[in-house]
Amino acid sequence: MSAVVFAHHGLTPAERLRDAGWIAFVALILGVPLIGLTTVDVGGRLAVDTRFGLLAMAVIAAFGGRLLMRWSLDHLGARKLARQRAATDSGAGRAQQVVNVLGWLALGASVALPLAFSDNRYVVDTATTVLIYVMLGWGLNVVVGLAGLLDLGYVAFYAVGAYSYALLSTQYGWGFWEALPVSGALAAAFGILLGYPILRLRGDYLAIVTLGFGEIIRVILVNWTEFSGGPNGISSIPRPSFFGLEFTRNAPEDGHSFASFFGLEFSAMHRLIFLYYLILVLALLTHVFVSRLRKLPVGRAWEALREDEIACKAMGMNTTNIKLSAFAIGAMLGGFAGVFFAARQGFISPESFTFSESAIILAIVVLGGMGSQMGVVLAATLLVLIPEFGRNFAEYRMLLFGMAMVLIMVWRPGGLLAHREPTLRLSADGKAAKGGA
Amino acid sequence: MSTLLSVRNLTMRFGGLTAIDDLSLEVPAGRITGIIGPNGAGKTTLFNCLTGFYKPTVGTLRLAHPQHGEMRLEKLPSHRVARDAQVVRTFQNIRLFPKMTVLENLIVAQHNVLQRASRFSIAGLFSLPGYRQAERAAVARAATWLERLQLTRFADHAAGDLPYGTQRRIEIARALCVDPVLLCLDEPAAGLNPRESAELNELLLYLCREQGVAILLIEHDMSVVMNVSDHICVINYGRKIAEGAPDAVKNDPHVIKAYLGEDEEEGVMEEYTEERAS
Ligand SMILES: Nc1ncnc2c1ncn2[C@@H]1O[C@H](COP(=O)(O)OP(=O)(O)O)[C@@H](O)[C@H]1O
Ligand SMILES: [Mg+2]
Repeated sequence: MSAVVFAHHGLTPAERLRDAGWIAFVALILGVPLIGLTTVDVGGRLAVDTRFGLLAMAVIAAFGGRLLMRWSLDHLGARKLARQRAATDSGAGRAQQVVNVLGWLALGASVALPLAFSDNRYVVDTATTVLIYVMLGWGLNVVVGLAGLLDLGYVAFYAVGAYSYALLSTQYGWGFWEALPVSGALAAAFGILLGYPILRLRGDYLAIVTLGFGEIIRVILVNWTEFSGGPNGISSIPRPSFFGLEFTRNAPEDGHSFASFFGLEFSAMHRLIFLYYLILVLALLTHVFVSRLRKLPVGRAWEALREDEIACKAMGMNTTNIKLSAFAIGAMLGGFAGVFFAARQGFISPESFTFSESAIILAIVVLGGMGSQMGVVLAATLLVLIPEFGRNFAEYRMLLFGMAMVLIMVWRPGGLLAHREPTLRLSADGKAAKGGA
Repeated sequence: MSTLLSVRNLTMRFGGLTAIDDLSLEVPAGRITGIIGPNGAGKTTLFNCLTGFYKPTVGTLRLAHPQHGEMRLEKLPSHRVARDAQVVRTFQNIRLFPKMTVLENLIVAQHNVLQRASRFSIAGLFSLPGYRQAERAAVARAATWLERLQLTRFADHAAGDLPYGTQRRIEIARALCVDPVLLCLDEPAAGLNPRESAELNELLLYLCREQGVAILLIEHDMSVVMNVSDHICVINYGRKIAEGAPDAVKNDPHVIKAYLGEDEEEGVMEEYTEERAS
């Protein structure tokens, strides 16, 4: 706060020196007992020794450090002020245009990616993972970013979706496309189940209960062996087929495999690329769905709920229904992602649904900029790629990850893309015009 | 002149504290009723009871709704008070949706109408004509109030970024978009400059005389409350200590005592109000 104020008036060099001098003085006072005096062992007896050289260095360091800190804070403050001014002018509109262009570029790149890397298993696989997180991020964005309900147990719905598909397919022989809506509906039901008892909770309390819910689901999956296979999980989950064509080396006797149907040489990459496009389509559908919802009464009600719940009630809005709808929609999207995850892995176990997954998905939403759809894409890409690049650093990988997160939050406390685009605008003639994405 | 709201024997206790003590009050339809009283008198608590945010300890709140007949407000949850009984309030410490634009604030206030038109969002998702029409109507309505309250140029600004006086007007415009039968304003002139207060006076009179909205007005600014109220009710320590036309209330010894403490001469209230008004 003060940094901004100072930047406004500008500090004279004399003031800066005086300020740093004060800090150095405080450092001196504190430093005498802490650094200047030390006890030494002289033949079994304690004696006091002095280290005034070291103390002098510490005081000088405090002086220099303060000068530097003051200077950089003022600098940052001035830049922030300038940015705020720019944002209130036409800057906001331009920012939205840039985001839109970025979005189309990202879409083009993601459509072209498997073509460019059609023989690179690692790239296609990693990109698929990014897209799963993008989809999860978009789902959680409804709950956290739009409705403002801090959910630390989102992975539970991902798990419900994954296990629903795994069980429906291995036990009852359901296909991917039949299981998808059912699993999504199941996850939505779990969302309402979780939502109901915690309607009255807000903020930290809500976060703790949702965290507990996520763990409960995981613990049930670990312990209810007959149902979920326990820690061993469920294996040989059927892979999705391409309109009935399997991605197998040899065509079945009474039909075709994907490769034989299209007269292609069999390649394991076909399935990976198909899976990639599948999640791309699912993610894009999610995006269109959520962006449209945001501009509908429900979407605006979610944002209003985030802004002020009491005001919502005073406007005659049933906040219970609004919260439940946010939980249900968010859970459903998480469930869809879970179905895809199970189908892609072919094997799932409770280990894939730990709290750290929830934390990563939440980090994606927060880093991206609460409520921002493009922000989620950026953050998901970063959060998946940083640990991948970090592989070379072995045990320092998580450290790198944490550092990157801290740096991003220092640099952009509102998230990578904090700009909020209105859901509708009043055009000059008084009629509404739709806002951008 | 018919009674719109009748408050009977209202008592609200918080533990040992009695914020409202056996208060009875009639609010006529189509008029402005002022509520005044020192800080902590229980005025905001009265609003909270009326609008379903607090459940009264004792008492009844009967609303003679022009369409739905008699409604018992104390039995309704807060959102139904606004939605079904159409008793809409503003807050002493403004409660807007700060990151949303002014227009969005006013559209959110029409949530129930729009949500019905969007048919569980299905009609909305596919942008069916029925929904589009409802949305256009909602925007037109918002635009009308924006125009009337001179807010049109702020329509696309984030509500939280605007000056205090403007935010107060936005909150009133938003409440009007709910289509109130009874509008409860909690200190709407607080923080307004004299010019803005004068505009507020004009607006309140317009709402009441032209639109037929009954208004319940909590206000400390005597230049507002004394000039526009048809009837004033004075509360102190949760009890009604005086009631009547503005001029009668202004000279009531109980009121003067409540405002200025014991041992004050009569007529001081007059000076006080004139001083505030100038
Ligand atoms: N939720 C509450 N819990 C406890 N005391 C309350 C609550 N709301 C109001 N009060 C008390 O009721 C009294 C009346 O407050 P209020 O209605 O806000 O006064 P005002 O007339 O200034 O609007 C005050 O003493 C206040 O402290
Ligand atoms: Mg009050």
